[in-house]
Amino acid sequence: MAGTALLDVNNVEVVYNRTVQVLRGLSLRVPEGEIVALLGSNGAGKSTLLKAVSNLLSLEDGDVTAGAIRFRGDDIASLTPHGLVRRGLFHVMEGRRIFEDLTVEENLTAATFALTGRDGASPDFDLVYSYFPRLHERRKGLAGYLSGGEQQMLAIGRALIARPSLILLDEPSLGLAPKLVEEIFGIIARINAEQRVSMLLVEQNAAVAFAVASYGYILEMGKVVIDGPVEKLMRDQDVREFYLGLGGAGAERSYRDIKHYKRRKRWLS
Amino acid sequence: MDMLFLAEVALAGLGAGALYALTGVAFVLIYKATRVVNLAIGEILMLGGYAFLGFAAGLGLSPWIALPLAIAAGGVFGWVVERSLIRPMLGENPISVFMVTIGLGSILAGAVQLAWGADPLRLPEFLPGTPIFIGDAYLAPKVAFGFAAAAVVIGLFLALFRFSRGGVALKATAADQGAAYSVGIDVPRVFSIAWILACATAAGAGVLVGAIGGISPTMGVFGLSVLVVVIIGGLDSLAGALVGGLLIGLVEALAGTFLGGEFKLVVTFALLLVLLMVRPYGLFGTHEIERL
Ligand SMILES: Nc1ncnc2c1ncn2[C@@H]1O[C@H](COP(=O)(O)OP(=O)(O)OP(=O)(O)O)[C@@H](O)[C@H]1O
Ligand SMILES: [Mg+2]
Repeated sequence: MAGTALLDVNNVEVVYNRTVQVLRGLSLRVPEGEIVALLGSNGAGKSTLLKAVSNLLSLEDGDVTAGAIRFRGDDIASLTPHGLVRRGLFHVMEGRRIFEDLTVEENLTAATFALTGRDGASPDFDLVYSYFPRLHERRKGLAGYLSGGEQQMLAIGRALIARPSLILLDEPSLGLAPKLVEEIFGIIARINAEQRVSMLLVEQNAAVAFAVASYGYILEMGKVVIDGPVEKLMRDQDVREFYLGLGGAGAERSYRDIKHYKRRKRWLS
Repeated sequence: MDMLFLAEVALAGLGAGALYALTGVAFVLIYKATRVVNLAIGEILMLGGYAFLGFAAGLGLSPWIALPLAIAAGGVFGWVVERSLIRPMLGENPISVFMVTIGLGSILAGAVQLAWGADPLRLPEFLPGTPIFIGDAYLAPKVAFGFAAAAVVIGLFLALFRFSRGGVALKATAADQGAAYSVGIDVPRVFSIAWILACATAAGAGVLVGAIGGISPTMGVFGLSVLVVVIIGGLDSLAGALVGGLLIGLVEALAGTFLGGEFKLVVTFALLLVLLMVRPYGLFGTHEIERL
């Protein structure tokens, strides 16, 4: 992972309520253009790291007590959460967090505030609808009435409106049927390739994360325990056993289509 | 029963109710954006009345210049209060913030009394005086003007809220602050704007209320009726403030006329109790009313 990183997290420690330490010297990098996967069991601190990066941690009485987080080389400590979004760092939060009492269109309108202060950037609703035609059909309806999958699409659609250079995606597969997971991850891979957006992807579903990512980190108790290129992680015996749920040999056949897309993207770029 | 008399009482009630609704809208704006139950809203309304008096009688300006100045003074006051008192307390116990607004209210009432004395004062006449008849029913012209002004301003707020980008930002902030930040909304700015608009509106309502009934350092009790209005309508519903305001105005006028003035409050609070038992969120509210 040589070269300049879009996101550089260096030895970060996070404490909640001035008492509970959750991250213990975590370091990771997201290079320009890549999808980086961040895996780990429940409570490992994955969402906490994303909140630290987007500066939303302060809303939950969490503090970065050591280390540094740099986005495009700038320390984020002095930036406001909305300021960071306006600079191109968009956090799709865990649980989707769409505005249920607003229409689909108003949810996208809310995200146009991310373009404040960026000259020449006008919101492109059609781009969102081209990736997610179902959102177009339901644009006048209340977002609260969307299905779980459609709500996830809306959460990603809001990110697209903001034209970010980095998206932090927190468990987009949460609570979705396998078929839908495949569809959404196919679109995530396309967005990465076509819009040149880098992503830091938090997942429980390692198989699908590895299908789109090029590099992975595995987190335990607030620290990185294993990291490496996805091909290497997939050969790692522990990773296979604990994260991919594969005991012996048996190659992983699922998510073939997404992988196919990933190969094509490599070839494109 | 004389139908004409009943109609006149009802019209006067709706006129008063429109001003409740207008002040209720101010209250709701603040609650929606910052989740602060602002008990000083009645005193901010009072401040609007005295500011108008100061500009019109004190500085001798034309009432039509003094009116926008009084509204602007309310806005500036809201901005200062939000930045200096409310924002540092956000995230703290809602009861502490609630107490701060009570304190603010008494300070305002005290300050006004120091500056202008305790006696009720009349505002310079500036509203049209030709009697208005709706059918055969007489309506005091000032009340009619207050009703019309309130209707226009509330209509404007409802439209802004529904159709403007700023309205989306306010609704998003009200629904989920963290998510609002995460899509790039400047949440603290939403707080500021909500307080500025709300306090300007309350100050404007204060000029109307004062033009009809005069001003005094105790006119902040108007805020009590407004509190009932927004609890009935739902603390976070603009439409609720509108309906609740008209309803309370009407009920107070009818109770005051047919049962006697001392029954006004009893009937209003009885209505409030019954409604809260049936609908704990108020008529249109979505949020559980905070237990204070
Ligand atoms: N606001 C908070 N205040 C206090 N502790 C918190 C807070 N948020 C998270 N924690 C604690 O921090 C630890 C890590 O939480 P985090 O949400 O980062 O885990 P995660 O890796 O995202 O887990 P999951 O896969 O279940 O989403 C947990 O033990 C959790 O209880
Ligand atoms: Mg999580």
